[in-house]
Amino acid sequence: MIRLTEVTKVFNQGRHNEHHAVKGVTLGIEDGRVTVLKGPSGSGKTTLLTLIGCLARPTSGRVHHGGRDISGLPERFLTEIRRRTFGFVFQRFNLIHGVSVLENVMLPAYPLGDDHGALRERALTLLERLGLDGKGEAKAEWLSGGEAQRVAIARALINDPQVIIADEPTANLDTALSRAFLTIIGELKAEGRTVILTSHDPLVCEADVVDRVVAMRDGRLTERELVEA
Amino acid sequence: MRRWIERQRCLVDFTVSSLLRRRGKNLGLIVVYTIIIFVLASVMLFSQALRREAAAVLSNAPEIVVQRMVAGRHDTVPAAYVETIRAIRGVAQAEGRLWGYYFDPGLSANYTLMVPADRTVEPGSAVIGHAIARERNGLPGTPLFLLSERGKMHKFTVAGILDRVSDLIAADLMLVAERDFRSMFAIPADALTDIAVSVRNPREVATIAAKISRILPDVRAITRGDILRTYEAAFNWREGMVLVLMTGAVLAFLILAWDKASGLSAEERREIGILKAVGWETSDVIRQKLWEGALISLTAFLFGYALAYLHVFRFDALLFEPALKGWAVLYPRFELRPSVDAFQVGTLLVLTMLPYILATVVPVWRAATIDPDVAMR
Repeated sequence: MIRLTEVTKVFNQGRHNEHHAVKGVTLGIEDGRVTVLKGPSGSGKTTLLTLIGCLARPTSGRVHHGGRDISGLPERFLTEIRRRTFGFVFQRFNLIHGVSVLENVMLPAYPLGDDHGALRERALTLLERLGLDGKGEAKAEWLSGGEAQRVAIARALINDPQVIIADEPTANLDTALSRAFLTIIGELKAEGRTVILTSHDPLVCEADVVDRVVAMRDGRLTERELVEA
Repeated sequence: MRRWIERQRCLVDFTVSSLLRRRGKNLGLIVVYTIIIFVLASVMLFSQALRREAAAVLSNAPEIVVQRMVAGRHDTVPAAYVETIRAIRGVAQAEGRLWGYYFDPGLSANYTLMVPADRTVEPGSAVIGHAIARERNGLPGTPLFLLSERGKMHKFTVAGILDRVSDLIAADLMLVAERDFRSMFAIPADALTDIAVSVRNPREVATIAAKISRILPDVRAITRGDILRTYEAAFNWREGMVLVLMTGAVLAFLILAWDKASGLSAEERREIGILKAVGWETSDVIRQKLWEGALISLTAFLFGYALAYLHVFRFDALLFEPALKGWAVLYPRFELRPSVDAFQVGTLLVLTMLPYILATVVPVWRAATIDPDVAMR
């Protein structure tokens, strides 16, 4: 269970361009379910996602992971939690250009010092599972949008995380690819993983696989819809 | 430990892939870096090799050499001085020497002609250094003609070729009989080139030298230490001169390296953000950049040093010969024996690699401390 209590995030605090991205959000996210943070651009959903995923610390309020308060932990501990617990799929996939697909997938595991051969096998298995067998040596920039997203998913799964976080995952995909993505999300859910997405795509928000949609506007939760699968 | 090794292996793998992405830029940098190391290492190796040669010369040099001065110039010494010096307390041995330079106009080179004290050379014959043998096709048994300063032709038969103990002393050496030497240079029978003196107690060399100068006011007594200091000064001066000329090139390289290493592009910043977002710590990013700096500088160092080694010991320091090899006017040609000084390699390694690696790491450290949420924006 991930719990946020009165969480606020302020950028450029004390300066003329101070911006309150998230304002006093209290939210609980249950394990093993698919939750969508829905809202227009600038509603604060991506910032909330970064707070949940330990990519940033809240300005005020508390974030609990499995009962542990992680809001005030130093960067090093946050990195460790992030590496072990979360897998990220970014909006523009954020693959590193110029290096191979395989290397992109293996990157999050490098600091762990796992056996290189075993790591490579794991990455190849993930690519195969996501229909990318034979693409391992291709450069990241040669991939189509759908392929790049599946590589990003493989990268998110390389450390076998409990939680998958995806920011606007269908923003750059057509309908067919978006449906394919939701199928993968269904598989991850079936494995018992928690999935947290941000999206304002109706295809995602209304998908069967989604358990809960949390609507946001101007940095606050506006309503809570519970969509049982 | 195994985990640590695997981690470094992964980082090196990624570093190599990362470097290959900007192939042209990194290759250009390595080429310029290699040239700088090549020049610096060439100067160092060459000077070091010359010092070694000089040390080989000096190890056999007498403790004191007595020369006579006339109007501030080196003149022949009366043979009677040998006995006077032998009589000084503390002197173990005093030997008169006959040696001089012969300029060969055909080759535009000088030879050192000498009457050996430790071996006998038959009148009319000569034992020659391998450089003379090479230049004059002087095989044993063949004749060798020298024209004296007074215009008289002297014929020698090559009796043997000297061992290559030290090229610096043996390359241009020509050992001849005393009678031939005196005839060649018109030196009277009661005159010597100089006197080599050895001393019983090495600590008394300076005292004995002072005594000689006092008893024989028209001579100067040069100790082995004096010669060593002169050599050192000459080498240091030449080495220093080349290094000063190099300063401009080194500075230009530093600016280039600083620009490359310190100027992180937006793309590189974004990558650092991604790496941090997917679970890399600040220290992992810095470690990877350290590997990058180390790989570039070490590659350049190894190439530069290997090229310098070949340049100095295989191609006779072709590029710096005029500046560094003052002896070129005295010697037809000599080859330096390869020698590498570990301390010197270490110094060059630290002076060239460390600044570059630091220049790489400082900006990365600044960039790596940014929040990983930039990857989401």
